[in-house]
Amino acid sequence: MQKKKSKYLWILSAVTVVFVLFIWWLVTDGLGIFTSNTLPSPIKIVQAFIKKLTDPNPDGATLGAHLLSSLKIVLSGYLLGVVIGIPMGIVMAWYEKADLMIRPVFDMIRTVPGIAWVPVMVVFCGIGFTSKAIVIFIGAVVANVINAYSGIKQTKQVHLWVGATFGASNWQLLTKIALPSAFPMIINGLKLSLGGAWTTIVAAELLASNRGIGYMIQQARGILRPDIIIVGMFVIGIVGSLLMLPISLLEKKVMKGGKW
Amino acid sequence: MMGEQKTKAAGARVEVRNLTKKFGDLLVLDDISFNVEKGEFLCIVGPTGCGKTTFLNSLTRLYDLTAGEILVNGEAVDPKKHNISYIFQEYSAMPWLSVEDNIRFGLDIKGVPKQEAQENVEEMLEIVGLEKFRKQYPHQLSASMLQRVSIARAFATKPDLLLMDEPYGQLDIELRFKLEDELIKLWEKLGTTVLFITHNIEEAVYLGQNIMVLTNKPTKVKTVIPDEIPHPRDVTAPEFVKLRNYVTDMIKWW
Repeated sequence: MQKKKSKYLWILSAVTVVFVLFIWWLVTDGLGIFTSNTLPSPIKIVQAFIKKLTDPNPDGATLGAHLLSSLKIVLSGYLLGVVIGIPMGIVMAWYEKADLMIRPVFDMIRTVPGIAWVPVMVVFCGIGFTSKAIVIFIGAVVANVINAYSGIKQTKQVHLWVGATFGASNWQLLTKIALPSAFPMIINGLKLSLGGAWTTIVAAELLASNRGIGYMIQQARGILRPDIIIVGMFVIGIVGSLLMLPISLLEKKVMKGGKW
Repeated sequence: MMGEQKTKAAGARVEVRNLTKKFGDLLVLDDISFNVEKGEFLCIVGPTGCGKTTFLNSLTRLYDLTAGEILVNGEAVDPKKHNISYIFQEYSAMPWLSVEDNIRFGLDIKGVPKQEAQENVEEMLEIVGLEKFRKQYPHQLSASMLQRVSIARAFATKPDLLLMDEPYGQLDIELRFKLEDELIKLWEKLGTTVLFITHNIEEAVYLGQNIMVLTNKPTKVKTVIPDEIPHPRDVTAPEFVKLRNYVTDMIKWW
């Protein structure tokens, strides 16, 4: 039997957060163990955040402009990777000939981590939108292909047999049995590749960029502004988890039957 | 394709001629021939590992035949043409579909019109006693309920030929008795031809009109024993015990 959860358990988590913030404040503003040039206090971080919302200094753009630039690249590359990667994985898993045709190229690409594509893309397309969107796209395609492919391949034989004995066509076997079977893995691919895309964009902007959250952090490091660095890190974390929300909602909506 | 789905199954006549199946060099089914009449309830028993499942899978063309042919109502068997249902040994309810949608699955595949499909689903929900669980999903169900979903799904298409591969093998004895009685009721009501595989001799004698005994690998038909005890059958009645012992003797290969 499931134990009834107390309504007040969230207090435990809140206590931890408050405790960590307190320790952080204590070692900075409180006791002055760290100066604000190395570790700024939580209060200074909030101040830097508010200021950076409107102030383009010292890196040439407001926080919103940086974020928008990063998001545009991530979402373009990611969505294109999803739209191409999932069908590609399904086709490769279901039609052996497609698998044989695509696999040699795919196997060459899949082992190269996204970030390793940055230098060559910079040579091809410069440090703007295109090069980074392509890098994100490659990473997203790979993750989505692999997950959709494994999902289809893991379809239970007995489920396919149920369909076959009812006289299902190959198309019905795919759409009514293999695809729903693969759904949890496909969702998994969506999540993994989104996490990957968000990581890759920050890394790519640290390496080569003139706009974006990663670029903002990199600039702040150059002029010793740890407050802006930490603001950047928080924004990366919060936006990253917000991006996962729609996928989790989709997962909940479709997987009413629990995991399979 | 199955637009004019009949509300009562016709019951298929099955002819198996020289059915042979090899996996590589391993001969599993050796030149099997027999007939099953329309509406017949045939139980198939045999020693463990004698290729019973291979036999059923060949019959539905899940496996390609090495030699021989299987005719349903005089035509080569084809699940796209003939109205066949198969209840598998393992749980086979689709985890992403509710009980109701699982039962509707075969009807959807066959393109049965919505209203007729819904009527069949309602009927089956009532017969297997899952009305209250229609919106539940497989992971919320017990073993017996899962097997009932499979049974309901199989019967919902009003099959002319129903194949069952040890469907109750994993259930405890009480549930088995209950579901066996449900099966007999459904069969009497619908007139489906049933091929029921089991290693449980008592179950075979309890259910079948005929009991086909298979040999060890390579599998052949050893004999077919008629079972004329009237329903409802009593497993403790002397004639039942006598027949059960007789079938047991026929299976022994030592």
